[in-house]
Amino acid sequence: MAEITLQQADAMEIGGIALDSRLLIGTGKFSSHEVVPQVIKASGSQVVTMALRRVDWKNPQENILNYLPEDIVLLPNTSGARSAEEAVRIARLAREAGCGNWVKIEVVQDQRYLLPDNFETVKATEVLVKEGFVVLPYMSPDLGTARRLADAGAAAVMPLGAPIGSNRGLKTRELVRILIEEISLPVIVDAGIGRPSEAAEAMEMGAAAVLVNTAIATASDPVQMAQAFGMAVAAGRMAYLSGPGARREQAEASSQLTGFLREG
Amino acid sequence: MFYDVYKAWRENLSQYPAEAFEAGDVLRALNRDRLDRLDLLALLSPAAQPYLEEMAQKAHRLTIQNFGRTISLFTPLYLANFCSNRCAYCSFNAQNQITRRQLSLEEVEQEARAIAGTGLQHILLLTGESRQKSGPEYIEACVERLRPHFASIGIEVYPLEEEEYRRLYEAGVDAFTMFQEAYDEDIYAEVHLAGPKRNHRYRMEGPERACRGGIASVNIGALLGLGEWRTESFFTALHAEYLQKHYPDVEVSISMPRLRPHVGTFQPVASPVTDPVLVQIMLAYRLFLPRVGLTLSTRESPELREDLLPLGVTRMSAGSLTSVGGYSEGTETGSPQFEIADDRPVDEIVKMLRTKGYQPTFCDWVNMRERTPALRQSTAK
Repeated sequence: MAEITLQQADAMEIGGIALDSRLLIGTGKFSSHEVVPQVIKASGSQVVTMALRRVDWKNPQENILNYLPEDIVLLPNTSGARSAEEAVRIARLAREAGCGNWVKIEVVQDQRYLLPDNFETVKATEVLVKEGFVVLPYMSPDLGTARRLADAGAAAVMPLGAPIGSNRGLKTRELVRILIEEISLPVIVDAGIGRPSEAAEAMEMGAAAVLVNTAIATASDPVQMAQAFGMAVAAGRMAYLSGPGARREQAEASSQLTGFLREG
Repeated sequence: MFYDVYKAWRENLSQYPAEAFEAGDVLRALNRDRLDRLDLLALLSPAAQPYLEEMAQKAHRLTIQNFGRTISLFTPLYLANFCSNRCAYCSFNAQNQITRRQLSLEEVEQEARAIAGTGLQHILLLTGESRQKSGPEYIEACVERLRPHFASIGIEVYPLEEEEYRRLYEAGVDAFTMFQEAYDEDIYAEVHLAGPKRNHRYRMEGPERACRGGIASVNIGALLGLGEWRTESFFTALHAEYLQKHYPDVEVSISMPRLRPHVGTFQPVASPVTDPVLVQIMLAYRLFLPRVGLTLSTRESPELREDLLPLGVTRMSAGSLTSVGGYSEGTETGSPQFEIADDRPVDEIVKMLRTKGYQPTFCDWVNMRERTPALRQSTAK
């Protein structure tokens, strides 16, 4: 471990693709499509998610895909799916439409908090992996579900930090920490990250990457905020690789309780 | 059933007269993340009137956070205006001498092409209430013709049975709109003089039947100007809350239609819904239900629509006609249901939204029935 230099550290490999940037970007909620490429550039992100339901095939000018750089990895998501079956159908449509074979599964049966349905998500993952998709499932951070997703062949797991769009930060910190410890797949914290410092915190914990949308899209200056997130994610990753020193509750005690062991 | 909630609150409401709320109640509501029903009443009370700006700021923040800087666009398509009801406020009233028409399936396709040509991909189908002339089978046949042209197909028709909603859902209908018109039963009876629409409860339970039938997006509302607006908007919000709670997988939204000039003699007698009142209602909806969609139609003037935009709106109609036919040159036009106030064409609405810093969204649904999107390569760069 000690030999790893930060330069050689550390592409993340997902679906056979090595990615230098550990920040994934969402394309919803922006005031215009024109700002999206600037956001991607400023953030350094190489993977961009978009809801297939929002991809406007009939109006080229309105089609988000026509605003994305050619070398970006497209991660279409199944927003709008209420069951595994619908998620599978949307994923197939996305692939047929030329969006590649990556898919972020979102199965949501709760419109108030947009919390994912883990059960349906596992079912959809099982089907889509068999069909050759690189599957990144959005999930509530639950260890049992994460293990099932890993068994089903998911390429990563994407636990939420807090409800989508809530900007509340890493509310699920303990549960995400357990996933990072126990699951050998990349753990990508998706949803809820409201500030760059929270993205850095997730990365320091050992998250493989984070996905951010609302916090960037609804900032007064989305492009600058995208850059700030890019820097925070890189900083958090660097800190994780550096092996942060152990934290102490108090200064070292002056009279040691076990000093006698070393006496006489 | 929401009807039970409605009944219980009809009794309760007299305990909470609007005048009893004070500034402190409004401030408490403003400072909470999750509001209860008393908070909602406070926001609808006279005590909230001095706090409209504070409410607007919070409503704006919540809307951007939950929906982003995007506005979904749709347009209505009136399929038929035959009607067996006698609604005192509606031009389609069976007794009114108007030009009655129904689109043939060929005309439906012509209209579809004309509408799709403007870029719009969400369409809302309307009929009068006539099972004879425009029954569910006719609507289904229209949906078959429309499906290849649109990403989302909604219906705003007379109340149907759950089984009928399921059939239409399976045929490709994903969205549903039904206005209760008046939640107040007495007012409801007063303005619905004859016809099947007189059944207040059957209509009120329409949205629940649609949810159970599989419809993914449900839009409700009271016709503002019929009943007393505080009561009507309170029940509308309660209704939306009920639907969100019991059908959590359904996207619920609310319209705030105000009575428009129409053929007929009915004049609103209740407390008038002025612009400040409309704003107060809208803000109360947003603060009480941060995730609910808010729909603003062309019933309102261009100026007011632009002013209301940042206060919580998530969906707007554009380029609307309320007549049967008229989008394409080939179709003969029937009498309109009411006069619209914002008759700007779609491209002007789009331009306006962009100028205001909003992204117009033409497509926000995947029609999963036989819809194959064009290949990415085929879309012009």
